[in-house]
Amino acid sequence: MKKRIGFTLFITALCLAATVSMASAGQLVLKGSTTVLPIAQKISEAYMAAHPEVKISLSGGGSGNGIKAVLDQTSNIGNSSRFIKGKEVKLAAEKGVLPVPHRIALDCIVPVAHPENPVTDLTLDQLKKIYQGKITNWKEVGGADKKIVVISRDSSSGTFDAWKSLVMKKERVTPRALTQPSNGGLVTQVATTEGAIAYIALGYLNDEVKAIRVNGIKGSAETTLNGRYPISRPLFMFTNGWPKGETLSFINFILSRNGQSLVEEAGSIPLY
Amino acid sequence: MKHREAAPIATRTHHDAPSPVAEGAVRDSLTRQHTALGDWTAQSLLFVISLVSLFVLGLIMAFLIMEGAPTFSFVSIREFALGHLWYPTDEPPDFGILALIMGSLSVTLISSLIAVPSGVMTAIYLSEIAPPRVAEILKPAIELLASLPSVVIGFFGMVAVAPLMQQLFDIPTGLNLFTASIMLAFMSIPTICTISEDALRNVPVTYREASLALGATPFETISKVTVPAALSGITTSIILGMSRAIGETMVVLMVAGGAAIVPTSLFDPIRPMPASIAAEMGEAPFRGEHYHALFATGITLFLFTILFNVLAMSVSRRYRLKGSS
Repeated sequence: MKKRIGFTLFITALCLAATVSMASAGQLVLKGSTTVLPIAQKISEAYMAAHPEVKISLSGGGSGNGIKAVLDQTSNIGNSSRFIKGKEVKLAAEKGVLPVPHRIALDCIVPVAHPENPVTDLTLDQLKKIYQGKITNWKEVGGADKKIVVISRDSSSGTFDAWKSLVMKKERVTPRALTQPSNGGLVTQVATTEGAIAYIALGYLNDEVKAIRVNGIKGSAETTLNGRYPISRPLFMFTNGWPKGETLSFINFILSRNGQSLVEEAGSIPLY
Repeated sequence: MKHREAAPIATRTHHDAPSPVAEGAVRDSLTRQHTALGDWTAQSLLFVISLVSLFVLGLIMAFLIMEGAPTFSFVSIREFALGHLWYPTDEPPDFGILALIMGSLSVTLISSLIAVPSGVMTAIYLSEIAPPRVAEILKPAIELLASLPSVVIGFFGMVAVAPLMQQLFDIPTGLNLFTASIMLAFMSIPTICTISEDALRNVPVTYREASLALGATPFETISKVTVPAALSGITTSIILGMSRAIGETMVVLMVAGGAAIVPTSLFDPIRPMPASIAAEMGEAPFRGEHYHALFATGITLFLFTILFNVLAMSVSRRYRLKGSS
């Protein structure tokens, strides 16, 4: 009996030792934007399959949290759907951290409406006026006589940031706009609300909602890459200093041809 | 009438306290040294434990104030509390939380309008009218309602109730003040019902017997004797139910719509304070102005819940049941 306990203890100790040594052998912590999340997930799975000794922990939380995690040095890579802000750079300098951005993919933001809405095309100016609260009825843009339910992302989302700079051009989104904390929530809400309009990352587009053309151009990988689609943005991963070791090989993997094809599988747009 | 020894939370009466004489007798019958040591250990252990929770509360408050106070270096308290515009990420930003405060207050008020009558009436039914067997089934069911995770209630509201409201009232969106109030009422009914019921049960049975003996009908007994006697407990339950509603986050985040406007109609979307904090904290730049403003919103919310709790305490103290059986 005593022997057995001793043996069990020994095995447990061995397992513990193995876990600890594995963690030190190769561990990557990724955190941040929910837009980058599906890409990071695909890449991590493939990377761990190729390097079984590496352990990757991945979580969302938003672009701000991703950058914050890099500044606090609690994660190796911070995912972000926006570029680092001036205030964050200042904070980084105070902490002695050098955040380095890596462009890993492109993304385009697509306005969506309920599938039964007859409107298929809006200009950037119309979109801006709808989100400013100046156009409030679908009949003003060639649709049915129905009130427009404007849905926006929360003011601190990276997608909102991109929408604000690319569509709103410094004008404010009406305070009457409904807000949703996630891309997925937006899709559900638009699918159940007839008069709704919203904007989502290309990767979240599905059959439940209808994509609207902007200035007559359909948002897709092709129109984003050739620069014709007006609402597109790069996605980033931030590291503390120039990446080394495991982090470097991970970033290199994303930027490889293989990695970029996984970006495409995740619903975003590869860099090349 | 049945009398049960339910442990009252709010309406503990004087006669509940054990008489010092009896206590002394018990103590004498035990070996003095043994008890003294045991008493001392137990007492100091409990004292330390209660100190820990006090300490944690103190830490949280200190942290809240430390992170929230810098807000008032870039926006005055007046502008903050009375400003209509909440554009925390714009350049230049606007940090006015009046719309958020009004959102919180309106949703709390309307949910109370729904929850208070139904909660109190259920409590009256359970303690005064229901046959024991019915009460045996109903009471645990209501308590179970309290144990439903708020995210489940929120999800139910978003997926089932909101589309129903949209069709029923032919409104542009079902995510609004009204739907949020209904879902919040679900959350405060168990609180109100359970505490009210305890208060009603705690009314001495002699009161009811006296009333009935004087020829009052059961209805008169309930409305003129039992309920007034339990009023302090019932009021406490209402205030605690309301403080639960004002602090609730997940439900309002999911079903209130999230538009930072002062509501003018029952079907306007709103953005209560907790929803705003939860939605924005994740992406607010660390120690930036937005971050501090969200903590200051947290302080405001905290002040409201403190107010509710102090109110509950003073009410239960002032209208404490007088006299005894």
